Amino acid sequence: MSVIKTVNLVKIYSDGAVPVPAVRGVDLQVEPGEFVAIMGPSGSGKSTLVHMLGGLDTRTSGEIWLDEKRVDTLSESAWALLRRKKVGFVFQFFNLVANMTVADNVELPALLAGASPRDARERRQSLLGALNLTERADAAPGQLSGGEQQRVALARALANQPSVLLADEPTGNLDSRNTRDVLRLLSDVHKDGQTIVMVTHDARVAALADRLVSLFDGAIVDDGRIARRRTGTAGEVIDLR
Amino acid sequence: MRLHLLALLAKEPAHGYELKQALEQTFGSAYPSPNIGQIYVTLGRLEKDGLVRAVDVEQSNRPNKKVYYLTAKGRDVLTTWVDEPTEGPRVRDEFFMKLVLAPLTGIADRMALINRQRRHYLSLMSDLNDLLSRTAPADSVAVLLIEGAMLHLQADLDWLARCQEDLA
Repeated sequence: MSVIKTVNLVKIYSDGAVPVPAVRGVDLQVEPGEFVAIMGPSGSGKSTLVHMLGGLDTRTSGEIWLDEKRVDTLSESAWALLRRKKVGFVFQFFNLVANMTVADNVELPALLAGASPRDARERRQSLLGALNLTERADAAPGQLSGGEQQRVALARALANQPSVLLADEPTGNLDSRNTRDVLRLLSDVHKDGQTIVMVTHDARVAALADRLVSLFDGAIVDDGRIARRRTGTAGEVIDLR
Repeated sequence: MRLHLLALLAKEPAHGYELKQALEQTFGSAYPSPNIGQIYVTLGRLEKDGLVRAVDVEQSNRPNKKVYYLTAKGRDVLTTWVDEPTEGPRVRDEFFMKLVLAPLTGIADRMALINRQRRHYLSLMSDLNDLLSRTAPADSVAVLLIEGAMLHLQADLDWLARCQEDLA
């Protein structure tokens, strides 16, 4: 049973004078617990693809299935309801609710998905703890640095324990130490079985994935496992002389 | 290796195995352990060139060990090395040559070459992620070396993406 399945998925933007194909016939299947990284040059259709998977952009043709249910034919409101329960989304820009505290931003998706207030609070505490943000729980998003807001956005996306976490360049604003926290959390939730589909050009994050899908000109040109050897040193990249 | 050993000997005289241990302690598991044979061969050459001097030290119940001292000439060479900007290419790359020459062989598909190489780089990066998570933040030399390797790999991946754009 796949968490995500697309069949000949196509997106053509026809706002301008000339129709622009962004995604040209993608067949993608993601199994439960898989972590899939999507890479490719700019303009290869990566963002459009994950936006369609999360129902944030409409498809031109083809099918999208989420947990064995066809979703591309749903109405916008039905999609929104389903998304609350099944999808977590994190973007390069954080889209936090400005007049709510960090804690409320993170609890809200869990409550919307039907969790009890107690469960939502526990989930929020554990996520903020993992991301080193416990002390910022009562702050407003505007009082946080870019890196802190990005981590709150990740905590929020995981709050409803979604069937799939969709991410589009989630480490765009992080320095090396913050990236380390994010890497650890992603790695932990992945070990706990979280399915993840992530667009990223950040090799540190992509290297956590089980599988790499390369897009080029709107089509999949490579799809394979990332080998794990666990024997390497920096000497394989840098030769100190 | 020559100058690394001179620098370690500038701190204090040592025998070959101590030099190996000093290098290992500095880099932790972030860098391959130096080969003891190579250290002795290098020390022999440094001695021949007059940059170090070896003194036999007697040990009870064991063969003599050689302790190496930095000479004045060795110190001059070391100072010159430290004072000069570091010359030489920063990156040694075989893949790009392969990519450029591949069409001439008539068998290699450049798109496939790039895709395979990308997964290989990510596999190296995955090793470095593991290595970094096993390295104590206090081991700053090891941490900086691993982060340097990660930044180089990131540049290699960006370069691959750039090469791929040209296939359009």
